[in-house]
Amino acid sequence: MKLPPLIGRSLNRGLAPLGGENAASLIPRARLTGPVPWVLAIMIALTVLATAGGLALSNLANSARSDLSGALTVQIVEADQELLAQQSEAAQRILTDNPAVQSLRAVPQAELDALLEPWLGTGNAVDSVPMPALIDVQLRDAADAQQIDQLQAALAEQIPNVRVDAQSDWLRPVYSALSALQYLAAVLVILLAATSAAAVWLAVRSSFAAHRETIEIVHLLGGKDDQIARIFQRSVAIDALIGGIIGLLAGLLGVMLIGSRFAGLDSGMVAGGGLGVLDWVAIAAIPFAAILIAMLTARLNVMAALRRMI
Amino acid sequence: MNEAASDIIHFDNVGLRYGTQPEVLRDLSFTLHPGSFYFLTGASGAGKTSLLKLLYLAQKPSRGAIRMFGNDVITLPREQLPQMRRRLGVVFQDFRLVNHLSAFDNVALPLRIAGVTEAELQTPVTDMLDWVGLSHRIDAVPATMSGGEQQRVAIARAVIGRPDLLVADEPTGNVDPEMAIKLLRLFEALNRLGTTVVVATHDVHLLKKVPNSLIMRLDKGRLSDPTGALRYPPRPSGPATKAGGDS
Repeated sequence: MKLPPLIGRSLNRGLAPLGGENAASLIPRARLTGPVPWVLAIMIALTVLATAGGLALSNLANSARSDLSGALTVQIVEADQELLAQQSEAAQRILTDNPAVQSLRAVPQAELDALLEPWLGTGNAVDSVPMPALIDVQLRDAADAQQIDQLQAALAEQIPNVRVDAQSDWLRPVYSALSALQYLAAVLVILLAATSAAAVWLAVRSSFAAHRETIEIVHLLGGKDDQIARIFQRSVAIDALIGGIIGLLAGLLGVMLIGSRFAGLDSGMVAGGGLGVLDWVAIAAIPFAAILIAMLTARLNVMAALRRMI
Repeated sequence: MNEAASDIIHFDNVGLRYGTQPEVLRDLSFTLHPGSFYFLTGASGAGKTSLLKLLYLAQKPSRGAIRMFGNDVITLPREQLPQMRRRLGVVFQDFRLVNHLSAFDNVALPLRIAGVTEAELQTPVTDMLDWVGLSHRIDAVPATMSGGEQQRVAIARAVIGRPDLLVADEPTGNVDPEMAIKLLRLFEALNRLGTTVVVATHDVHLLKKVPNSLIMRLDKGRLSDPTGALRYPPRPSGPATKAGGDS
């Protein structure tokens, strides 16, 4: 009988890698019918929204802090309008001579009237209410309590009813709320990342269970743990890439929509809450981080399961 | 220990139990020599498949020592086991083909795992499928094949890499007598090329087809012929495990 057409020599090629299409074919591609791309797409879309929100809030808070960090308001209360004008001029001289002051602006009477118009009506304010004089002061550096006390003392020597306030003090509760929202966004991102990893973990376990027979065969035919893990990693990475692209696009669409709504507010404070180049880079990196998490969880899962085989 | 190093397999007082169950294999001590042809027989539940699992490294024993190709498989680092497995060919009783792969890809799988290039494996795989009478089913997936066809694919996959040890669990159970003889001839041809062959079967007629074979008989987890000295038909005495002694 004719000898079987065996391969020409015994195979002892060491632990050569099983890769490429042949390795990929061992795990049939489910494409978009499997759960992994869609779970990841949803998670990544939510993560993009949470990250964009967190970064925008951070920028908003930083911008507001920066704008107001060196800003002071000097308020002079005096019923006698003539004396008030003299004290205001004296205060401006003292402030101009102070090296810590970068610039100052006496708030015009018209602006003060405009501030009270909603409550007192047009034209009645100056005559019926004794208005204080207000001076906006911009320091060279951020205002600290010691500087404010020094200015207060310098002004009080000549102007008894003067009061110096840091403008940032008025917004302290707003900053506090913004900080809380920032932390909330950070916690959301962490939770979403953990949930994504858990979802991928479960999906990979399910896929592993579905292909356990194939894996055992490859294992018994001499496949290395690393080879088999890489097959799964590749499969999961493709799923994660597809899910990542879908999730990123959906998340960006959401960011754009929300951004356009905030832009419609036309508020000076909200204007500081835009996203910079680095912020966009960080958001674009989210799918890649998800792919890495997915590959890592796939690898750990498969390696742990393979270690239970001898 | 040159002699031991040249042995394919050496079992020393091996026992196997699953969990807390009683031992399914007990006190197995035997040696498989290079180029020998063994039949493993025994009643259903005697432990044939468990013994084969130890032989193809799907299971570690509960006790005792096993040396394979000169290595102690109990203490061998896990990362070196794949190298050992690539020297084995296994025909599983339930075939264990990869269901979504074609006959060609199933047969090519051990070669691909071992790093054979596509150009190198095309001809041998095609010829092997032709030799087992499946050239017309080269692109068929297992679900569309008969039991006999699947078994032939499984056998082709086991022998394509010319293994040092071929372990086959009831390899002719699903094929017609003519194909069974042909497959046995394939195993014999491999054996002549130096492969040690272990065929588990309960078909006593099969034993007559390979005159120089040795018999290992399992009975309730014990080898009734632990030295492998008995031939078929049995001899009152003979050289222990001299493979093909009269071939």
